Amino acid sequence: MGILEWATSPLGQRVPIHIAWFLIWVALIAGLVFLIAHAIYVRYFAKEKEFAPDPTSEATSMLPARIPRHSLTARLFHWIMAAAMFVLLFTAFLPKVGVQFNWVAYHWIAGTVLTISILFHIVHATFYLDFWSIWPDRSDIGDARKRFQRFMGKAAASPRKFAKYPLENKLYHGVVMLSGLVVIVTGVCMMFRVRTVFFPRNPYLFSDMTWGMMYVLHGLAGVGLITLTIVHVYFAIRPEKLPITAAMIVGSMSREFYLKEHDPKRWVIEGMPHHGSTADGD
Amino acid sequence: MAVIRDVMPAFQLYQPSSVADAQKLLGQNGSDALVLAGGLDSMDWLKDRIKKPKVVVDLSGIDALKGIRETPDGVEIGAMTTLTEVSTNPLIRQKYSLLSQAAELVASPQIRNQGTIGGNVSQDTRCWYYRAGWPCYRAGGNICYADTPVGRNREHAILHAERCVAVNPSDTAPACIALDAKLVVMTPKGQQVIDAEDYFVGPEIDITRMNILQPGYLLTAIRIPSAWAQAVFYFEKIRDRNVWDFPLMNVASAMKSSGDTIQEIRIAVNAVAARPLRLKMVEDAVRGKPRNAATGEAAGKLAVQGAVPLQFNAYKIPLMRNLVKRAIGGVQEAAWAS
Repeated sequence: MGILEWATSPLGQRVPIHIAWFLIWVALIAGLVFLIAHAIYVRYFAKEKEFAPDPTSEATSMLPARIPRHSLTARLFHWIMAAAMFVLLFTAFLPKVGVQFNWVAYHWIAGTVLTISILFHIVHATFYLDFWSIWPDRSDIGDARKRFQRFMGKAAASPRKFAKYPLENKLYHGVVMLSGLVVIVTGVCMMFRVRTVFFPRNPYLFSDMTWGMMYVLHGLAGVGLITLTIVHVYFAIRPEKLPITAAMIVGSMSREFYLKEHDPKRWVIEGMPHHGSTADGD
Repeated sequence: MAVIRDVMPAFQLYQPSSVADAQKLLGQNGSDALVLAGGLDSMDWLKDRIKKPKVVVDLSGIDALKGIRETPDGVEIGAMTTLTEVSTNPLIRQKYSLLSQAAELVASPQIRNQGTIGGNVSQDTRCWYYRAGWPCYRAGGNICYADTPVGRNREHAILHAERCVAVNPSDTAPACIALDAKLVVMTPKGQQVIDAEDYFVGPEIDITRMNILQPGYLLTAIRIPSAWAQAVFYFEKIRDRNVWDFPLMNVASAMKSSGDTIQEIRIAVNAVAARPLRLKMVEDAVRGKPRNAATGEAAGKLAVQGAVPLQFNAYKIPLMRNLVKRAIGGVQEAAWAS
């Protein structure tokens, strides 16, 4: 049982046509296994988080009660993208597991919404947000090494508190970005195979082999997004992460949570005095 | 046309004598099983070696699936009843002549002697790209070879095309829809009685099937209610060869009128989409209107709204418009317009 479905083209060429649909179940089970394993680990084995001492400066005492985290624009983008992603996942995979409905139009419309929202996000994040805040830096790597050594029972200094986004968050963003770009690029090309309002159909835009690989990549990234979405939703509803989730709704988090988890030197709040070294990338 | 490649692939042949046995076999073998009714569709698949089922369940030995029985509410036709029986049965001819006309226009006498009503409504599409075994959408692939700038699509869909542009080729299916027939389907979860129009599936719902039959399902009978008995019927089939061919298009209508006024009507066309289409908008538009050329004209125009021709089948739009016009207005009333 391969992970790809193959067919013979009219020219006698053996070409992939799409992924094997059992991968949907693999992705679903992988996501569920992860969340069960993680929940058990956190409940029974994980130790309390320990951070390196962070002497409270005069500036931190001047912090507002609510720390702004996500602008309204960023939140709108997130929820539009999330809605589009759910529509895409359900319209893509429910028909494959036996729930039959007219899915194609909903799928490409949601895909268009996702594509536009991602394009907007790229521009917005590049020019209007702190672009580098979501990319891992050397501090993240160093702290991750310390956390891993401590996890393995070895002596290591306490890691620093997080910048605006923890390393796991940044890595997740990177994987989602990669998967998202793959489904978007291949999806836009695949729109040439169906009737949309954007451009005339052209099923012979690429060779059978190229089309086949495109469908395979779209499928692999798509099933990957099943697992990634499960993981994302799981972390969003974990009790210790709820302040972060709430910030994606209301835009801010409490000063207490900010000071408990985040390093004011690495995530400098706008309008507050900036002490010490620069934040990310130091 | 598909090339006859070789003798049929090897398979286990089962010939049950009861519906229960057939159901059991189909349940046990799932998607490995192919149901054989008259064999006129199935044998093509087998001889072309496109479909290679492990198991073939031949229904010809099940007497319960054969015959035409009058019921308190109409008539029940066993799914294995031949098209010749349907077209010649006195009860059908007297009360439901729409169906006998449709059955009589299927293929040739020899084929009607062997072909069954269940097989005719459930048959697969004749799209040659699909029948040739090319990896198109309907075959589980990712392309429609007919819906391309160079695809040979003269016989294909003008309505409700959704990636796949194949059409349903049944003559009896639109007649069943016009007569408000119910199809009796045995499923692993029990018996289902389905309105004829809901029996058929378009590519937007499932691109690999033309009807609701899934592995383990069995169509056992077609029930025609008496509500439309002896109504005013119209059936017309257009084909390339009048002696023996699949339809380029057909239309079936059942009408109740009071004087010249149309009181109730059901009308369906086939070979314009992947499923036979009941024209509800047309029915609503002509209800209460006089049955004349003007009403037919308006109905014809309404029927083709939204039609999108492919490279070589634009003729189907005026064809459909005229068939609907004739079905509503009557042949004498409605002259053809190009």
